[in-house]
Amino acid sequence: MKKDKLPNTAESKLFKAEENTLIRDAVQNDLTEIIKLDAQNTGIEKNDYWQAAFERFGNGESGFFLVAETEHHFCGYILGEVRAWEFGSPPCGWVFALGVHNEAREMGVGSKLFDSICLHFKETGIEKVRTMLARSDHLNMSFFRSQGMRGGPFIQLEKNVAD
Amino acid sequence: MKLNKATRFALFSILELASTPERHLSATEIANKYDISSHHLVKVLHSLVRARLVGSVRGAGGGYRFIGNTKRITLLDIVEIFEDIRQPPVEHEAADETEIGQALSQIMLEIDEITIATLNSISIETFLKTMHYYQEELPQSTS
Repeated sequence: MKKDKLPNTAESKLFKAEENTLIRDAVQNDLTEIIKLDAQNTGIEKNDYWQAAFERFGNGESGFFLVAETEHHFCGYILGEVRAWEFGSPPCGWVFALGVHNEAREMGVGSKLFDSICLHFKETGIEKVRTMLARSDHLNMSFFRSQGMRGGPFIQLEKNVAD
Repeated sequence: MKLNKATRFALFSILELASTPERHLSATEIANKYDISSHHLVKVLHSLVRARLVGSVRGAGGGYRFIGNTKRITLLDIVEIFEDIRQPPVEHEAADETEIGQALSQIMLEIDEITIATLNSISIETFLKTMHYYQEELPQSTS
């Protein structure tokens, strides 16, 4: 079947969205959209954080800062870095930010971003990718599970140090 | 965490049926595959029919088939049809009110929360799509 003859089903929309989604390195001009999307998802606008993240990871040396665009429109981002020897953990990829526009959800954009950053990690010789999420973050938990991620051998701990 | 027998039977049935949703399977076929009691399984399947996760067709060529949404239904949804894993144990002892008892309760709560979040994050579709990763990590048979 020719691609342009696909019926207008959810499946064909997914196929089209995946085909038209471009993943590229983030540039300075993306920050406005990234900050806006992150603020929509988290409720907090973090201009300084994202500027610093771009300066640190945007050059592709300390980490990977990627964005997705569909038909020249920004629709998502992913951010990660390589971390090594934290309590004996060999170098591994860490994904610590991911966002996809509401309108672009369930169209394979998140999967494409995740696949791309995993490919970057793999190219640096990394064999594992990890992330840390709030237990209550059902959306991202479900997403990362759907990408084949599972509970690993490390566990997150915390303590209140405020008076 | 130990799930009760009915919950385990339900998970086997749902995952088996959802792996090929167009196919009808009898209770006996499912019971034989997983070596479980077909008598008990029938009761479990009735509960799944009532929960509108499974459809049943009588007669030749009939049986049970999965009719839920594989993207939306999670392992937690199935577990909660048969047991309430969110509630603390009903039996409450005086020792639970002591400092040690309260600290122990908090630790058990922490474990329960991880269990619930994990079960709630795995849809039927995700389970079926990713279960081979778990297979790859099993020790290889030497025979």
